[in-house]
Amino acid sequence: MKKYTNTGNKDTRSGFGAGLTELGKSNENVVALCADLTGSLKMDEFKKNHPERFFQIGIAEANMIGIAAGMTIGGKIPFTGTFANFSTGRVYDQIRQSVAYSDKNVKICASHAGVTLGEDGATHQILEDIGLMKMLPGMTVINTCDYNQTKAATLAIAEFEGPVYLRFGRPKVANFTPENGKFEIGKAVNLTEGTDVTIIATGHLVWEALQAAEQLNEKGISAEVINIHTIKPLDEEAILASVKKTGCVVTAEEHNFLGGLGESVSRTLVENFPAPQEFVATKDTFGESGTPEQLMEKYGLNAEAIVKASEKVIKRK
Amino acid sequence: MPHTKELEDFVTQVRRDILRQVHKVNSGHPGGSLGCAEFFTALYQEVMDYKSDFDMNGIGEDLFFLSNGHISPVFYSVLARSGFFPVEELNTFRLINSRLQGHPTTHEGLPGIRIASGSLGQGLSVAIGAAEAKKLNKDSHIVYTLHGDGELQEGQNWEAIMYAAGNKIDNLISTVDVNGQQIDGATDQVLPMGNLKAKFEAFGWDVLEVKEGNDISKVIEGLNEAKSRTGKGKPVCILMTTVMGHGVDFMMHTHKWHGVAPNDEQLENALAQNPETLGDY
Repeated sequence: MKKYTNTGNKDTRSGFGAGLTELGKSNENVVALCADLTGSLKMDEFKKNHPERFFQIGIAEANMIGIAAGMTIGGKIPFTGTFANFSTGRVYDQIRQSVAYSDKNVKICASHAGVTLGEDGATHQILEDIGLMKMLPGMTVINTCDYNQTKAATLAIAEFEGPVYLRFGRPKVANFTPENGKFEIGKAVNLTEGTDVTIIATGHLVWEALQAAEQLNEKGISAEVINIHTIKPLDEEAILASVKKTGCVVTAEEHNFLGGLGESVSRTLVENFPAPQEFVATKDTFGESGTPEQLMEKYGLNAEAIVKASEKVIKRK
Repeated sequence: MPHTKELEDFVTQVRRDILRQVHKVNSGHPGGSLGCAEFFTALYQEVMDYKSDFDMNGIGEDLFFLSNGHISPVFYSVLARSGFFPVEELNTFRLINSRLQGHPTTHEGLPGIRIASGSLGQGLSVAIGAAEAKKLNKDSHIVYTLHGDGELQEGQNWEAIMYAAGNKIDNLISTVDVNGQQIDGATDQVLPMGNLKAKFEAFGWDVLEVKEGNDISKVIEGLNEAKSRTGKGKPVCILMTTVMGHGVDFMMHTHKWHGVAPNDEQLENALAQNPETLGDY
């Protein structure tokens, strides 16, 4: 079984910041907007290097989304930055009308998604944002798994024409994907080959899925781990090819099981190749305060939960 | 004003277009549309500097954003009669497979439209973004907007009003259609907004008033005055008093025709008050 090495824990938001810094130098049409969270979003470097292309909007996210939409009229490529909750739920209608329906080339970049935001608690831990964004026609939805991938995705979405929701997080997590790797929007990444169960994971749960695959391997279970960084458009071909081989699937995401990656996978399966599926996700609940690790454990979002779900789904074959 | 007669004829034809559009599909918003016929005519026939070939990015030309998208009939009529698309297309207003959606949208590629509007309160933010892009592009053209007075009840406007002044967006002229009416009744009864002039000024805008928003000469005068105040460090606001339903006696001074189309008899009466000038579509 292929093993992956953690080159050192890093936060995905810093990957976004590094990507944005690079874009500042390479693409003069890139502009950045922030709603009073420049440090948290790691946008300081861009701000320092290109003050004329950095727009501090203040605590006014609805206005930020509208201004971003307007800036595309004039050829700019706006990257908005705030927490995931304030990037989606708070401004849903602004995104729906001024960005998605108006076909505007806005990149909505959202940090602090999910329970791993930690101590700030449920007001800030959005677990519904993937669902909200994937329901919007024309919206591309990306949830990256580590620093390197977040940086690569940030660079890739600047080259892509159309609205994008890029979701990442706050805590320092394992960094294991290749440095300067190519990011292909909509293309799944097969991390391990296996025959007994397919584990389809996104975001912070990808590393947990790899840990789970190692534990399963020790138990004699062969798991195929797929990193779905793009939830929409979904790489259905890769999913179906794997599930046809393994006959069952576990989906893993730091998101509500209603409306998340898991349901997108379910739809793909029932339309093409029905197979048993287990969901590692939050189960229609809000989060709470705690450390990221405590919350991952309490809400069943870690390697252990993926191992259990895998054993269960294999029995259902 | 050398062309006043031509412009007034244009306005009258626009009123006919508005009435005929909403009558045909028995839906749409005639009241606010009729009240803004002079404003749109002034903007597109006299004041704005725009290119005949529509380009989404609009670099090197003035831009206009309609925030209160429900007055689409007046927008469509003026765009068509200003050459953006064939006038006959007004026949397709609100019909299936039309580019003339109930509320304006870019989705069907209708020339002249740069943003969808309909859900209220979003247009000013978008216009500020376009104005910021113009500054980055060293494009000295102006961004114009129109808002309903009732629409100012949406909170996003005040985020945008604060931002525009705080960031010296002085290539922006925002007009508020002060007709004092909204769907449920008079704005003063639905949600009194107090002194709008004082509010805009307190936020740091340069405010001017056009008390006769249904007098084309006065509207042009106001827009030109506003234009002369751009580039001076402040966004410019025009509080333009209009009469909802202007030009059709039984539609005037009431909120009742905000979103109701005339029947056959009412249409005949209304059109008789606005005789054909440039030719019906």
